Amino acid sequence: MHKGKVHKFGDDVNTDEIIPARYLNTTDRGELASHCMEDADPRFAKKVKPGDIMVAGKNFGCGSSREHAPIAIKAAGVSCVIAESFARIFSRNSINIGLPIIESPEASERIKNGDIVSVDTVKGSIKNITRKEKYAFEKYPPFMRKIIKAGGLMEKIKRR
Amino acid sequence: MTKKTNSMPYTITEKILLRHTKLKTIHPGEFINAKVDICLGNDITAPFAIEEFEKLNLRDVFDKKKIVLVPDHFAPAKDMKSANQCKILANFAKKHGIKNYFEVGRMGIEHVLLPEMGLVVPGDAVIGADSHTCTYGALGAFSAGVGSTDLAAAYATGECWFKVPESIKFIFSGRLNKWVGGKDLILHTIGDIGVDGALYKAMEFCGPVIEILPMDDRLAMCNMAIEAGGKSGIIAPDKITKKFVKEALTFGKKHGVGQNRRGRFYLSDPGAKYSKVYEYDVRKIEPVVACPNLPSNVRPVKQLKGISINQAVIGSCTNGRISDLRLAARILRGKKVNSAVRLIVIPGTQAVYLQAVREGLAKIFVEAGGVFSTPTCGPCLGGHVGILAEGERAVSTTSRNFIGRMGHVKSEVYLSNPAVAAASAIKGRIAHPEEVL
Repeated sequence: MHKGKVHKFGDDVNTDEIIPARYLNTTDRGELASHCMEDADPRFAKKVKPGDIMVAGKNFGCGSSREHAPIAIKAAGVSCVIAESFARIFSRNSINIGLPIIESPEASERIKNGDIVSVDTVKGSIKNITRKEKYAFEKYPPFMRKIIKAGGLMEKIKRR
Repeated sequence: MTKKTNSMPYTITEKILLRHTKLKTIHPGEFINAKVDICLGNDITAPFAIEEFEKLNLRDVFDKKKIVLVPDHFAPAKDMKSANQCKILANFAKKHGIKNYFEVGRMGIEHVLLPEMGLVVPGDAVIGADSHTCTYGALGAFSAGVGSTDLAAAYATGECWFKVPESIKFIFSGRLNKWVGGKDLILHTIGDIGVDGALYKAMEFCGPVIEILPMDDRLAMCNMAIEAGGKSGIIAPDKITKKFVKEALTFGKKHGVGQNRRGRFYLSDPGAKYSKVYEYDVRKIEPVVACPNLPSNVRPVKQLKGISINQAVIGSCTNGRISDLRLAARILRGKKVNSAVRLIVIPGTQAVYLQAVREGLAKIFVEAGGVFSTPTCGPCLGGHVGILAEGERAVSTTSRNFIGRMGHVKSEVYLSNPAVAAASAIKGRIAHPEEVL
């Protein structure tokens, strides 16, 4: 269960906006978090609070394969990302590192910036506390659930 | 093998993936673990993978011959932090006896280097922690960009998880117009279907135009499959592929890479299923430019002639090959770069560099008033060797024009083919090659 304030973004948010390449010369998670979303919203890293939720339009995380993008989002304290759709590599990177991502066109359209939202990934429901609305979403397929349940791909491999 | 693939009609992509599993059949949408032939990492993505792999405390990687490490993004190291990232790669290669680590002086932009060295052959399943890994589809290989954790997992297991993609077929017919190449075909396609038009899909390029398209143009096309959201791009391997791979294997051996694989030439079956089919008459396609801030924002060069530029970049994993430099040199020969423009030419690899010197192309660029750089991804991702200041504008043969991609968030990138970039450098504004010849 995740609950937090929503930071809303548009369509086709790319990984250069999530974490600009000029900061890719490090693997320090805290440093990456401090520049999270810098080119889309320079104040984001300062205003985001632990547990907050990002909501975006279609094709979130398009562009480069940099895992620094979901790492920066996770390290910034974001509890989950909801979007109409996700770019492929961003999507697999998020699952591999255990950042919950949820595809819900309905939630993406209805949720507004600043709303308070709670997400139940087990039941597959999103509750908009501000607007008193509920949105459903498709649960992960079993293959992906196994990776998420293990705590990420490397944890799954350790168990093997 | 034949038994496995004759059971039902498959696309090339499905055949290659099936071949890399123990499964008897394969279906789009299915999750699989597939063996990989090559796993690639660079100075940005490999450090995370190495960190994760070392946490497993394994003595060895799954197969040191199948791991390729190329410091190319911020190399030659642009600053101390980047130098440290490169050092992590070098140390890891040394520790695990990985021969395919390409140090500065022997390296190149990864997606130009690997095909050139014969490291990827038709029928391979390749993963790379770099989104443009889809480039190798031009060789008839399944090739997809993944993340650092995927790479770490592959270092340990030799496998990667995939959702078997549906394929989209793109048929190109007609005769190419002058100055139109693979870059224009792919930009036109992305402009048509959008930056998520092929999300999670394999993009299969075919038709009479593709059948005679030179390898460098095929590589440029598959390279940008990711800009349409594609998982991979692929072109059926043929005579052109066979000749290219044969030469590459010889070249690789000469440089100590020594691959002894000829590859497997898969073709899509007549009854193979495609989620969509697009047909393009290339006679209608002119040289195009993708305007800021998405690669899908495509317009004909002729409509953009009023746009002044500060910089022209010719290079990258999209257009840093010898035929790209030849094309640019043909435009720039005996001409001068506009006084308000910085021309930066970056050959993709040391071999491309040397060939450009031998053929006198380097001389043409320098005499025109341009820079001829050592291979690096450099400015493409706003790394180094040509970062844009606030309000500046570049025409570039690279693959992305996102906000702030080449520098300041208020700078702009226009994507084009090498001939358009060269003509624009001379004119000081976006220009059609026929304006300067």
